[in-house]
Amino acid sequence: MANEAEILTGAEILVRCLEQEGVEFIFGYPGGSVLHIYDALFTRDHANKIQHILVRHEQGATHAADGYARATGKPGVVLVTSGPGATNAVTGIATAYMDSIPMVVITGQVPTTLIGNDAFQEVDSVGITRPCVKHNFLVNDVKNLAMTMKKAFYIATTGRPGPVVVDIPKDITAHKTLFAYPDSIELRSYKPVLSGHPGQIRKAAELILSAKRPVIYTGGGVVLSNATEELTQFTRLLRYPITQTLMGLGAYPATDKQFIGMLGMHGTYEANMAMHECDVLVAIGARFDDRVTGDVKKFCPHAKIIHIDIDPSSISKNVRVDIPIVGDVKHVLIDLTKEIRDSGRSPGEDALTQWWAQIHNWQEKHCLYYDRNSELIKPQAVIETLYELTGGDAFITSDVGQHQMWAAQFYKFDQPRRWINSGGLGTMGFGLPAAIGVKLAYPDRPVFCITGEASIQMCIQELSTCKQYDLPIKIICLNNRYMGMVRQWQEMFYDKRYSHSYMDALPDFVKLAESYGHLGRYITKPEAVRSALEEAMAIQDRLVFMDFITDPAENVFPMVAAGKGQHEMVLSPLSPQTPVERELA
Amino acid sequence: MRHTISVLLENEAGALSRVSGLFSARGYNIESLTVAPTEDPSLSRMTIVTYGSDEVIEQITKQLNKLVDVVKLLDLTEGAHIERELLLIKVNVNQPAVCDDLKRMTDIFRGRVIDVSDACYTIELTGTGDKLDAFIKAVNPKLIVETVRSGVSGIARGNRTLRT
Repeated sequence: MANEAEILTGAEILVRCLEQEGVEFIFGYPGGSVLHIYDALFTRDHANKIQHILVRHEQGATHAADGYARATGKPGVVLVTSGPGATNAVTGIATAYMDSIPMVVITGQVPTTLIGNDAFQEVDSVGITRPCVKHNFLVNDVKNLAMTMKKAFYIATTGRPGPVVVDIPKDITAHKTLFAYPDSIELRSYKPVLSGHPGQIRKAAELILSAKRPVIYTGGGVVLSNATEELTQFTRLLRYPITQTLMGLGAYPATDKQFIGMLGMHGTYEANMAMHECDVLVAIGARFDDRVTGDVKKFCPHAKIIHIDIDPSSISKNVRVDIPIVGDVKHVLIDLTKEIRDSGRSPGEDALTQWWAQIHNWQEKHCLYYDRNSELIKPQAVIETLYELTGGDAFITSDVGQHQMWAAQFYKFDQPRRWINSGGLGTMGFGLPAAIGVKLAYPDRPVFCITGEASIQMCIQELSTCKQYDLPIKIICLNNRYMGMVRQWQEMFYDKRYSHSYMDALPDFVKLAESYGHLGRYITKPEAVRSALEEAMAIQDRLVFMDFITDPAENVFPMVAAGKGQHEMVLSPLSPQTPVERELA
Repeated sequence: MRHTISVLLENEAGALSRVSGLFSARGYNIESLTVAPTEDPSLSRMTIVTYGSDEVIEQITKQLNKLVDVVKLLDLTEGAHIERELLLIKVNVNQPAVCDDLKRMTDIFRGRVIDVSDACYTIELTGTGDKLDAFIKAVNPKLIVETVRSGVSGIARGNRTLRT
């Protein structure tokens, strides 16, 4: 037990618990049910190191905490009031849940005596959040509060991480009890497995070494497990091609020659073809999401599949696998690499050479082609230029849509936790608040939010938060006057019936940014892109909102249409190498 | 295929809704679900009867195990096991002939008459679902006033157990 034995109120206990957990930031918004807690934060202000960040909307609080967690690996902490405070937070909680991000969300609740009475600002927060949290709690006695907080942090950060909601009625925050924070905790019903089964690892090593056309396919689990080093060693030892999901980017250096690009709906031609043709697939911390597999019936038809994942329910959920290994990616990769090294064997040289020749052949398609001589700003060019200017070492947050895909395709992430985006839930409005969390964690590092004129408006109010805390984030708005991805689907699959995807009545983003006390820039010419980015990067102490007026007709390619197999890609119709309708035997 | 799954879970508020919510959110079938505290009051034991392909059943057990409140589970269908269900049935008995008939039938099915009024007998019967179905079929449907069934409780035969 920690050595603080004091009689404290629930609110004071909560603040002490957060201190004990080493929390740096709370992202929150006050309200009636959390007034005691806010008072405890105020009176404890001199003593604690916790900084409260006042957002402008509870969704912003959850995304900011989420961005902080993704960039640092530490749990994000959110504090919101009951009723609308909690419901506004739900989108952000679901976003974190889908991407397995550790977060502890404290929601105020009406006093226990009023629960169930339809009291003012009452909502069943535990009920509403149940399907989109790893676990949640309703605290019904102040004596349980410290233990519940300990459990919440433990559950959020171990195993497959995820958000945990702690709902605290107002009267509990006023009641007093002896405060003691447990040092450690054990739950009989929750025991995450770390190490993989040795027999399965041996079988996997055997299969990996016998592969002729292998592919390593990795996802966000590698990032969450901090297993970049282990993955890099494993991949370099084998000299096999590696592809990563949207969530996995950066876990293996994108500039390495073994990296064949992102896979999936907007993955590279070579990555998707390699998946389709491979004979052994090593899936590591990835969950065979439908945006990766396309039509599962056509997925990797020739492959024996090895799947390493900490969550047993991820295994054989969408695609049957041959050798499942349940365990933490880092632990399993260490054991698997050792098993391969100790075997004294190495992959078959001839087959691997042939396989790489085939992959290089696919790479000749230059699937990420776009028109570099356009008189309009091409969104891809903005991201390529940003990549050049930052040396690939910036933190990039994004919203959801075309700009997100272009960022993933054209910014080459060499390190994990640099690419911060909502992959699973696909939450527009994520990028700006997430950038707040990242910038607070790394105030001296460049943080860019790549967004579109539609997404940015979903959480634009957080520009105010950026001003209050002087966060010099750089916003790159790829403004094509459309919800670009919706427009792209309507163009391709709905006979160009652009139903409600046009962004009319847009604000003047330059003036809008300026009204919040930031700098705004309006960029319309391709030749001005580089200088605009250079200027923004040189401004160290101000947020700069760059409104790039881009080609409204630009689409994201390659594309695997919904319901198609991963090898049935559409390449850019402008590409000199297209169309590619290649059916391989 | 039909599976009977026994689940040991923390006896906490909301634990039941986590399980039922899981089934509805993921579109799993649920035929019956019974739950009550065990001899250790901190634990509840639940019997779930569900059906689906092997892949679906595998996901159901994995998803159940993933719930933080679930301590342990056992798919009873994987081995020899016993299932019992309780039926309470209220039957109209305003004619003496019906009365005798019903009494005889109840004896054959090893049930008991547990409540008697001027117009109705209430009969208690335990057994497998099939046996209860058979009893209900044997009674003239015009005379059945109401029925209530408990859902299945299951336990493995022999040494196979579900304990912490």
